[in-house]
Amino acid sequence: MSVELKPLTGRIDDVGGLVSLEAYREAGGYEAARRALTEMTPGEVQEIVKEANLRGRGGAGFPTGVKWSFVPDVEGRKYLVCNGDEMEPGTFKDRYLLEYDPHLLVEGMLIASYAIGADQAYVFLRGEYHEPYRQLDAAIRAAREAGLLGDGIFGTSYALSLDIHRSGGRYICGEETALLNALEGKRANPRTKPPFPPASGAWGRPTIVNNIETLCNVPGILSHGAEWYQDLGIGEDSGTKLYGVSGRVNNPGLWELPIGTTIREIIEVHAGGMMEGYRLRGILPGGASTDFLVEEHLDLPMDYGSIQAAGSRMGTGTMILMDDSVCPVGISLNLQHFFAQESCGFCTPCREGLPWLEQVLADIEAGRGEPGDLELLDKNAAFIGAPGNTFCLHATGAIEPLQSALKYFREDFEEHLATGRCKYRDVMPVQESAG
Amino acid sequence: MSEVEFIEVLSNEEIDLIEEAASHVPDRPSAAIEALQIVQEKRGWISDQSIGAIARLLGMSAAELDSIATFYNLIFRQPVGRHVVMVCDSVSCYVMGCDNLRVAVEDSIGVKPGETTADDRFTLLPIVCLGACDRAPAMMIDDQLFGPVKADDLPGILEQFE
Amino acid sequence: MSEETNNTVNVWIDGNTYEATPGENLLQAVLDQKLDLPYFCWHPSLGSVGACRQCAVMVYADEEDERGRLTMACMTPVTEGLRVSVEAAHAAEFRESVIEWLMENHPHDCPVCEEGGECHLQDMTVMTGHSARRYRGNKRTFNNQYLGPFINHEMNRCITCYRCVRYYRDYAGGTDLQAFGSRARMYFGREQDGVLENPFAGNLVEVCPTGVFTDKPFSSSYTRKWDLRSAPGICMGCSVGCNTFPAERYGRLKRITNRYHGEINGYFLCDRGRFGSGFVNEETRIRHPGRRAEDGVFEMVAVDESLQEISSLLSAGGVLGIGSPRASLESNFALRELVGVDNFSCGLGAGEARATLRTLEVYDAGAGQIASLSDVEQADAVLVLGEDVLNTAPRAALSIRQAVRNEALQMAEDAGIPTWQAAGVKDHAQGHKNPLFLVTNLPTGLDDISRGCLQGDSHRIAAIGHTIAHGIDERFPDGGIDDALIEDVVNTLTSAERPLIVSGTSQESAAIVEAAGHITAALSACDKAPSLLLSGMEVNSYGAALLGGCDVDVALGRAAEGKVKTLVVLENDLFRRAEPALVEQALEAIENLIVIDVIDGATADRADWVMPAASFAESTGTFVNYETRAQRSYEVFLPADEIRPAWEWLAAFGRMKWETVDDVSAAIAGLPQFAAVSEVAPSADYRTTAHMKVPRQPHRASGRTAMTADVSVHEPKTAIDEDTPLSFSMEGYNRNQPGGLVPYVWSPGWNSNQSVFKFQQEVAGPLTGGDPGVRLVEPAGKNTDPVYDVQPVQSEAAGIRLFPAFSVFASDELAVRSPAVRERAGYASVVLSAADAEVLGVSSGDGVRCDVLDVALEVEIEDGVSQGCAYVKWGGEGVNRRLPADSVELRHDPGYQKPVPTVIARG
Repeated sequence: MSVELKPLTGRIDDVGGLVSLEAYREAGGYEAARRALTEMTPGEVQEIVKEANLRGRGGAGFPTGVKWSFVPDVEGRKYLVCNGDEMEPGTFKDRYLLEYDPHLLVEGMLIASYAIGADQAYVFLRGEYHEPYRQLDAAIRAAREAGLLGDGIFGTSYALSLDIHRSGGRYICGEETALLNALEGKRANPRTKPPFPPASGAWGRPTIVNNIETLCNVPGILSHGAEWYQDLGIGEDSGTKLYGVSGRVNNPGLWELPIGTTIREIIEVHAGGMMEGYRLRGILPGGASTDFLVEEHLDLPMDYGSIQAAGSRMGTGTMILMDDSVCPVGISLNLQHFFAQESCGFCTPCREGLPWLEQVLADIEAGRGEPGDLELLDKNAAFIGAPGNTFCLHATGAIEPLQSALKYFREDFEEHLATGRCKYRDVMPVQESAG
Repeated sequence: MSEVEFIEVLSNEEIDLIEEAASHVPDRPSAAIEALQIVQEKRGWISDQSIGAIARLLGMSAAELDSIATFYNLIFRQPVGRHVVMVCDSVSCYVMGCDNLRVAVEDSIGVKPGETTADDRFTLLPIVCLGACDRAPAMMIDDQLFGPVKADDLPGILEQFE
Repeated sequence: MSEETNNTVNVWIDGNTYEATPGENLLQAVLDQKLDLPYFCWHPSLGSVGACRQCAVMVYADEEDERGRLTMACMTPVTEGLRVSVEAAHAAEFRESVIEWLMENHPHDCPVCEEGGECHLQDMTVMTGHSARRYRGNKRTFNNQYLGPFINHEMNRCITCYRCVRYYRDYAGGTDLQAFGSRARMYFGREQDGVLENPFAGNLVEVCPTGVFTDKPFSSSYTRKWDLRSAPGICMGCSVGCNTFPAERYGRLKRITNRYHGEINGYFLCDRGRFGSGFVNEETRIRHPGRRAEDGVFEMVAVDESLQEISSLLSAGGVLGIGSPRASLESNFALRELVGVDNFSCGLGAGEARATLRTLEVYDAGAGQIASLSDVEQADAVLVLGEDVLNTAPRAALSIRQAVRNEALQMAEDAGIPTWQAAGVKDHAQGHKNPLFLVTNLPTGLDDISRGCLQGDSHRIAAIGHTIAHGIDERFPDGGIDDALIEDVVNTLTSAERPLIVSGTSQESAAIVEAAGHITAALSACDKAPSLLLSGMEVNSYGAALLGGCDVDVALGRAAEGKVKTLVVLENDLFRRAEPALVEQALEAIENLIVIDVIDGATADRADWVMPAASFAESTGTFVNYETRAQRSYEVFLPADEIRPAWEWLAAFGRMKWETVDDVSAAIAGLPQFAAVSEVAPSADYRTTAHMKVPRQPHRASGRTAMTADVSVHEPKTAIDEDTPLSFSMEGYNRNQPGGLVPYVWSPGWNSNQSVFKFQQEVAGPLTGGDPGVRLVEPAGKNTDPVYDVQPVQSEAAGIRLFPAFSVFASDELAVRSPAVRERAGYASVVLSAADAEVLGVSSGDGVRCDVLDVALEVEIEDGVSQGCAYVKWGGEGVNRRLPADSVELRHDPGYQKPVPTVIARG
């Protein structure tokens, strides 16, 4: 029964570990795919996913069924690409699904590929994910042997080939068009739009890119229907969500909960609250590239609209907590170091602007800040961060935590400048800038 | 170096694996990253010679392939030790004290990030979020993930890698 | 490209309404209006990629919208009613920030940088107002690479605009220059030190917006742009007739840069043209009239004495004049006038003359439109018949590359992607190409983008051509070649909208040209609109052919028969034109040989009299390119010593009444085939706005007194140019003149070559005063009927027949004398069939000797070469002998050692 409440992780709970092909099928696995392929048209599959209001779980929240419907009805090759490049700092949800229930993804991809008419699918998997690779690779082989991939699946004329591309690294590969370049064996610079991937993606062919968690939601929707899926969510949004918490809490981890569960419940009930002696100061609600929220936001539901209204993004839904032992300047420096280093180097504001921010933050953190530095950060952040000012949204993501840190923790920045020292330094060593 | 010699740099096994990878993509240069990974898996890193040989095998110029190789941080264009130690420096691990862990690793193996021990046993590299944030601070040695790692755990972990 | 380019829409920019082309990018639309908007990564020939973020403007949703949205102009299509502000404070501040980011790591080494004074980065920095530096971090540094004799590399100056790789890789098809690394450590260079292989690499000097890639020969004797004197020039490198800016200081030709021509070279030159003019500065040039003394050594003779003596030789009768395809129309005509048309040879060898005259005939038949290079770039299917274009007319090969890329543009347009959206087009098209077929002697540098290649000797090439023509339309005679590819060629050409046939005279084969003509006529007969590019061998091959007169072989035959007492040879080395034995015979039989030339050579070595001729940089003249386009090339500086334009010597020999180039041109225009020459260039009394001449020096030129201060502190008198509307000084006005009279591009705020848009009617359109030149052949009718018979294949002579293989760096007589070009020309080799190699007992890398050549040749073996044919690739020593040569003997040279190349890749 837990699968009906927790369609993503219920099977893992039931089995108490890795879900094998046998266990997966025993729990009704691949039946959704069988129904889709043998009883439904691709259009009907798209329709039910649309109706279920499944939204992209990679961070952007775009309605999945709508995205699928953008694939033009043209002859020739189409691709489904699963974005398994889980590199958003603070995020560890897709790893869990792959390590423990890889067939859920395989089935989700089989259904999605059928829905968009793709005969070739790829999982773009981040390079450091060795164990997830081993499990997924084994699952794909098992599925192939069982006739669940390859030619004539379920006795239909439908054929699907599924391969894994292991990434050579770099955060930017998570951007869907950069990912396509990487998949094609090129440098992972994001692409110009138009063309949009559904019209012209991998190798110039229609391509849908979906996140692992998104695709793992598809079999459940096909099994239990759109209405069931809608009812799983608490607020406006449908389904469950994998929420995670890292930082100084008693029980860091990952939970599948109805989408729209409050931040407070996630932190206090599931993550066991803050460790003793530490006070919560800031929350990065959905990974490193989301704006800080603070204590006043604890009662917000974690869904796309509520978090956006509070000036941040639900992102990947895996939150990072900053406690009162952490220097807001230091964490900002850490974040800007990350984003500057992970810039692909294509457009000027991101490539040259982020290292400058990093350098100024390093100066402030080291007590070498100068008057006017905060205004310099404000101005540059505004120019670098505004969507459209840079080629893709990498720099926008970089600026979100910085601008919000400058807003919520400004006194810390000012104190560094005024005193020429970091008062947190005794607690935590200063990270040197790669400058 | 002549073209024939270029190919001879690669073993038959490497060539077979690269050919297999190339059969899963529409054109040969699309298998560039897989090919680099295959050769790195065998040799630890990608030398200029390997670049030339792989490029030739895939029908591209050495510069084209190197342009790709130098983009990706998991493709090593310099020699590394027998084991690559990657200490996560991203935000969750930062909150949980990754700088302390990094310093402890540096002290244990005696090299700074980007360096290789004199006995070629370890290369220490910083790495972005390993997706083990609930186990922060995390580190990875070769393909094994560790976390949360306390300084006291290090000797026991490191001794598994000779 | 777009079908709707004739429509216009209204765009509101800072309160003014302008007409613009719908769908074009906003940056281009702004520049079309001659407004200033900074940019880096966009280039009119490379399109937009949105990398630098420099061209930000505000775009407003409607009249009510006062806030607007910051938008990259280069990535925004123009639509009706678009409301834009370039001046809005937010956009201006953002643009200043972009410069500030770019300058974080720039070395600020302008005082010692070759780009200084004509640096786009400097211009944009000033334009945005950024001045004070706030970045406190360390600057990144890089190691530079050795990139060969043409180009310097200084990576620290790089601002990562990606133009270099986009040009080199996507436009020019090079693979050895790439982008490496990522984030703020991007590196643009080669995988390791070494020569940049692409023969169009030199354009990087102009494509790079700052000083990363600079002109190496120029920097070795460097002058700031503002101190250069330049004039509108025509490249002497081949028959394409690219427009150039030759530039001078201190009496030395310093460099060549691209002079935009909307129909020919656009924004790009080849490296032969850019780096191949070093011969002008050669120390050993002929500088004084000279006479061979009794002891065989030349002695200098005073000008008056030489003129008197030569005049008296000529008045004794028995005079024959041989002109030259590398001399101007004026000089050739002067010789023709001097000796009379019956005693005049056009200076082309017999084979070349036959083929060149046939090309004129084919052009004149009118079945195909004569293709300018901009026409070439519009073609959707290309057949190259017999011509190694990359090596005989290099710039045309670059245009063929663009024609092949058109398929990508078409696919993009079908998918709703703007064709200027360069990265989107590339990602979508994934290397899909328009069809290109190559029928050549040997593999060529275009094979990588071709759909199919056929190889053979010139007989086979002609037969293949006729087979294709027959396949298109059975009325045309069949060449009888059976090859599966031919059917593909026929189907492709007949299903194309704008097929292009490329051929030329390098094979000295009229039959090939005839076949090309038949293919064109056949396509035209089936209602296609084919176009035709027939390249000649030299800058003025067509002008010489149109002048008439006999070919060199006939002329030499006459001399050998003893019918000539005095032979006058104009800028021509006879040993390159005719069989050496025939030349020897002729020279034996005559009494006096008078050579007028720029450089010495085998013929000048045999002369009784030598007269120093001005190079293209020191004289004004008209040249006729492969399109039969007559173009004027202007004197940049006065020649030193007693060097004079050849026509002046000839006029003086004949005591003709011409005083200026205009006088000669007017006389030329009296010939019916040259009537249009009178429209080629304005006469010397033309004046621009305010009755001014056009200045050869820019307004910022300095040091008129300082230049000669070591001799005298008094300002030297500026020379007066009576030949042209150009002044030698900075006085004058460089605006609003006819397109052919632009001596440099420079505009307030735009010191770099990017200022060219201020001289164009619209970006990448014709020059404001029109693109220069007038075509001499404009077919009146259109003959689509078969005209020629298929020539039977001649029985092969015994032994091996030696043919020339052409080389962009080694083949041109003048260019190869430039040290940098010579360095790139390599060493001599010969391409053999496997069968001949086996007979000779040699394999690749071995050396052979040939009885008629005095250089050793390295052996290359090629499958497509038929037995009995061998192709010689000349090296840096230049052409050793006229080819083809029949029945030569090759033998293995066991002692052969590969010459140590002059270029050694460091690192």
